[in-house]
Amino acid sequence: MESITITFKLNGKTTAVAVEPLTSLRSVLREHLHFHATKAGCGQGGCGSCTVLVNGESVLSCLMLAALADGQEVTTLEGIGTPQHMHPLQAAFFDKFAAQCGYCSPGMIMAAKALLDKNPHPTRAEIAEALAGNLCRCTGYVAILDAIEAVVTQMQEA
Amino acid sequence: MAKHYGRGIAAVNYPTGMNLGGDPTQALIFCQPTGGFSVKLASTDLGQGLKTVIAQIAAETLGVPFDSVLVDTGDTDSAPHCMGTFASRGTHRVGNAVIMAANEARKALMDVAADEMEAAPEDLVLENGEIYVKGAPERKTNVFNVALAAHFKYGKTISGRGIYMKQKSSVDPETGACDPDSTEAHATTVAEVEVDDETGEVKVLRLSSAYEVGRQINPEMVHGQIVSGAVMGMAHALTETVFPYYPALDHHTHSFGEYIIPTALDIPEIESVVLEYPSSNGPYGVKGVGEMTANSPIPAIVNAIYDAVGVWVTDLPVTPEKVLRALEEKDQ
Repeated sequence: MESITITFKLNGKTTAVAVEPLTSLRSVLREHLHFHATKAGCGQGGCGSCTVLVNGESVLSCLMLAALADGQEVTTLEGIGTPQHMHPLQAAFFDKFAAQCGYCSPGMIMAAKALLDKNPHPTRAEIAEALAGNLCRCTGYVAILDAIEAVVTQMQEA
Repeated sequence: MAKHYGRGIAAVNYPTGMNLGGDPTQALIFCQPTGGFSVKLASTDLGQGLKTVIAQIAAETLGVPFDSVLVDTGDTDSAPHCMGTFASRGTHRVGNAVIMAANEARKALMDVAADEMEAAPEDLVLENGEIYVKGAPERKTNVFNVALAAHFKYGKTISGRGIYMKQKSSVDPETGACDPDSTEAHATTVAEVEVDDETGEVKVLRLSSAYEVGRQINPEMVHGQIVSGAVMGMAHALTETVFPYYPALDHHTHSFGEYIIPTALDIPEIESVVLEYPSSNGPYGVKGVGEMTANSPIPAIVNAIYDAVGVWVTDLPVTPEKVLRALEEKDQ
């Protein structure tokens, strides 16, 4: 199949890439552009490990054709913090032991960011609802909810 | 037609490590000229935190800061042999091997330090990477300086070899007795459930547990194992199966999408207390805590279901269909 060129903003930087038309956004991020924070899990929209933000909305990048990202703004975990300057959500996951194997963490953090950007003061139930599409086998979720609640509290105090 | 509350209890003794034909793990430690220590292991951190607790154990035994220990795991081609990460054995086996290796490395370090400081090794104190002469703290150096001297001046290595092996224990043919494990951890869980007698659905309201785990090297990580084990145990009890009608293969899962594990919306209230009775043979008194955390919730939930609606469903998982069939049978 003839490849197409798509151009989108990735973590604030204009990016162009030539892909086959049916390539998923997740494959473009991981395999073409080597942004590996976005994880490849079930590949069928069931686990949430590939969650990224498109125009600020939480999106499963395994189900989105890369062509649909043309002209859009895509944010991955790499775009919100670095090991030296962690995003408050990353710092809270670190402080609260909210990761074990860590495979779900990027998706969890992006889903949480999408929630907090829209609703900075969610209840614990609202946080759980926002994360319901992101599976974690290791933690039992409690530490993850604790971490996000801690960020909400920080934002209220700030 | 109503929702019924029930409460059940279950306890577990959980073995740490196996017997097999002997159950060994090795470790190698060496010091770089920078004074940093590298711990080389074939053991694997699956997310439970082995690398962290091993760095803690190595730092404690060597007498150096936590940050100066690098734990390198997971390449079985280039690392000394480990039987594997299973049987809740990691911290126990690897920790013991690392203590042995760290003691040898520490002795090599102190021998070079003694030459450098013109003192007897037994008169030197090593604390948090600093080395000084007992009773004369102004006569001091540090691990970095000693490591440099060892490498560039004396041509000596600062390194250590460690192994821990649980000896093979054969079964006595007369009595059936054997010594299968190294130590045992213990737990009790009380489960509270709500069973809907119309739909057969079971909702776990609360899991309250007490764990006796020997000495905790890292209490936050022990807590992490307990919480996650509670949720995994609940899922083993109620939803997780590959073949729901085994031995028939009907409706078997085709993908992870049909293998039902809990989401953030499904977690019960979880509370726990930890008791520490150090083991005699674990590193700093450790016992294994990993797998047992998913054990006691399962029979506790099954017992709670019986308490709620008077049926025993012992074929896991306890699906709504099984509860309804059991209730129907009971009514006939």
